[in-house]
Amino acid sequence: MAIVTLTDICKDYQQGAEPVRVLKNINLSVEQGDYIAIMGPSGSGKTTLMNLIGCLDVPTSGSYVLDGKDLKDLSDDALADIRNRYIGFVFQNFHLLPKMTAVDNVALPLLYAGVPLKERKARAEEALRAVGLEERMTFLPNQLSGGQCQRVAIARAMVTKPALLLADEPTGALDTASGKQIMDIFRQLSQEGMTILMITHEPGIAQCADKVYHILDGRLRTGEGGSTDEE
Amino acid sequence: MIENIRLAFQGIWSHKLRSVLTMLGIIIGIAAIITIVSTIEGTNEQIKENLIGAGNNVVTVQLNKDGYPYDMTWEGIPQGVRVITEDTRKELEQIRGVEKVSLYTARQYVDQVYYQNNQFNGEVYGIDENFLNVYGYQVKSGRGFTREDLESFRKVALVDGNTISTLFGGEDPIGRSLEMKGEVFTVVGVVALSEEFAPTINSYNEYWLYADTSAGAIYLPSAVWPSVYSFDEPQSVAIQVTNTDVMTTVGKEAADLLTAKQIADTESTFDYRSQDMLEQAQQLQSMSQSTNTQLVWIASISLLVGGIGVMNIMLVSVTERTSEIGLKKAIGAKKRRIRLQFLTEAAVLTSLGGIIGVASGVGLAELISNMMQIPVSISVPAILIAVVFSTAIGVIFGLLPAVKAANMNPIEALRRN
Ligand SMILES: Nc1ncnc2c1ncn2[C@@H]1O[C@H](COP(=O)(O)OP(=O)(O)OP(=O)(O)O)[C@@H](O)[C@H]1O
Ligand SMILES: [Mg+2]
Repeated sequence: MAIVTLTDICKDYQQGAEPVRVLKNINLSVEQGDYIAIMGPSGSGKTTLMNLIGCLDVPTSGSYVLDGKDLKDLSDDALADIRNRYIGFVFQNFHLLPKMTAVDNVALPLLYAGVPLKERKARAEEALRAVGLEERMTFLPNQLSGGQCQRVAIARAMVTKPALLLADEPTGALDTASGKQIMDIFRQLSQEGMTILMITHEPGIAQCADKVYHILDGRLRTGEGGSTDEE
Repeated sequence: MIENIRLAFQGIWSHKLRSVLTMLGIIIGIAAIITIVSTIEGTNEQIKENLIGAGNNVVTVQLNKDGYPYDMTWEGIPQGVRVITEDTRKELEQIRGVEKVSLYTARQYVDQVYYQNNQFNGEVYGIDENFLNVYGYQVKSGRGFTREDLESFRKVALVDGNTISTLFGGEDPIGRSLEMKGEVFTVVGVVALSEEFAPTINSYNEYWLYADTSAGAIYLPSAVWPSVYSFDEPQSVAIQVTNTDVMTTVGKEAADLLTAKQIADTESTFDYRSQDMLEQAQQLQSMSQSTNTQLVWIASISLLVGGIGVMNIMLVSVTERTSEIGLKKAIGAKKRRIRLQFLTEAAVLTSLGGIIGVASGVGLAELISNMMQIPVSISVPAILIAVVFSTAIGVIFGLLPAVKAANMNPIEALRRN
């Protein structure tokens, strides 16, 4: 069953007087359990696509069906609710709240989901254990390494058990060893049935995924396996 | 909500200096208002206590001309005003709520009163046997007037403490003779207001009876008054009433009765008017109130400025925390939640300012009270209103920054880092 179905998605940005088309007629179907990497040069529209799939932004035209629901004309709060329930985000620069401990950061999405305090804490601790940070629960972000921060961010993305994990350059700010650690976690999650969509421009990272798409100048092209050439 | 408040305190604590500077406007405004209100309340309470407290339920009814108290010194015997008779006095005593009635004549400014080479320029009263009782004077030394004194026209006098110092140079005046317009009077006693009420009012000339700053007062039996001044002078009436509540009504009733009985011509510009202490207290209170209302307005401007300062800092805070807001929205925080977070922070900030302001205001009021001998009365409702008001300022001026934060586009917000 398709989790994400994009049909003829276009996205324009107003650049001066002229609208600039950043995404051009994107068609994409993500099945339950897929592990997909999207590659493309800088400025090709990867983040823009990711924001659309993550319901952080709305397309100029085309339709987006997420888990069977057409996401047309939804209010900001309705979109926030969908993000909270269906999507886990992992960002390049982690975006952890600096004054909160690891476990509090991880528990935050559960607060917005209306989960009671005790359960929030228990589930956040469980998620941190799953990414191997049981020793670092009460550390502040600035007391953690980059790789550890990203693992906290993954735990935060996973804690709500989302239908879809979106990762925008998850290894972009990390060294090779930490990057590999993150990819191991993703592989593990994928094997447990998690649907993952990951953006990267490192071919080595893209290879970890089952499917690789290329985006070039706003158009999406398919390419199986770890194709390295970017044309 | 509790979480929001905790976070707000955390935020305030992590920017201590900035928070204090932001709160300063609120602190100063609230402190000023609390100080002013406390002083007004204190003054009012003292006025009331001085005038009507301690059982001093006295209404004075005086002859007025054209609406102003009639002054014998300058204007002489008034035409068409009869002298109050013993019968009328009895009639006044019949009014409901009247305890005791005294008739007296008075001169507020006198000359030609001497003891040896000292001249006296205080007040002189011609009094009946009820006078001291009604006004709450006690004989401190010597004796008061006897029926004998009044009936046999004895030239005797009572003096008060101020007269001892201004006229007798501090010496014991009893048995000494003073000269008044060529007549010789023997001082037989010294009087003073009884301890239970020692008013210190001196703002209105109507308060001459209690004026402590005057050169003093000399009391003569009303029977001998004409030997120094004139016959048929219009008397004033002092009425002691049974309780404070009836002062105003008794005063009016007595004044109407006197106007009807004593003044021959109904077209006359003369009439009798009552000046009860309750009424005067209210007049004085409203006077101090109106000057201080202006001060409260000025303090409110400081609050307004403080509120704008809070808004300014909250806007800075929203900008600084753009990425935090973006992240929270991305992982599912709704607008309401973001709005509430910033509103809470602003409200906690100003409430804290309000509480500090109340504390400083109370401290300042106590300090003023100690240094300037002004009574203060800390009003609990005023404190509560001040704190609630400062919270409201936080909510009002925090609204714009909070809405701005809540409406932030999460993509833009996440991009900035
Ligand atoms: N808010 C915006 N307003 C105008 N143009 C925008 C906006 N956001 C993105 N763009 C434009 O859209 C294009 C695609 O941007 P996007 O961020 O999706 O690229 P990207 O593929 O993620 O690049 P990178 O690999 O550098 O992150 C760029 O040319 C960019 O200038
Ligand atoms: Mg990008």
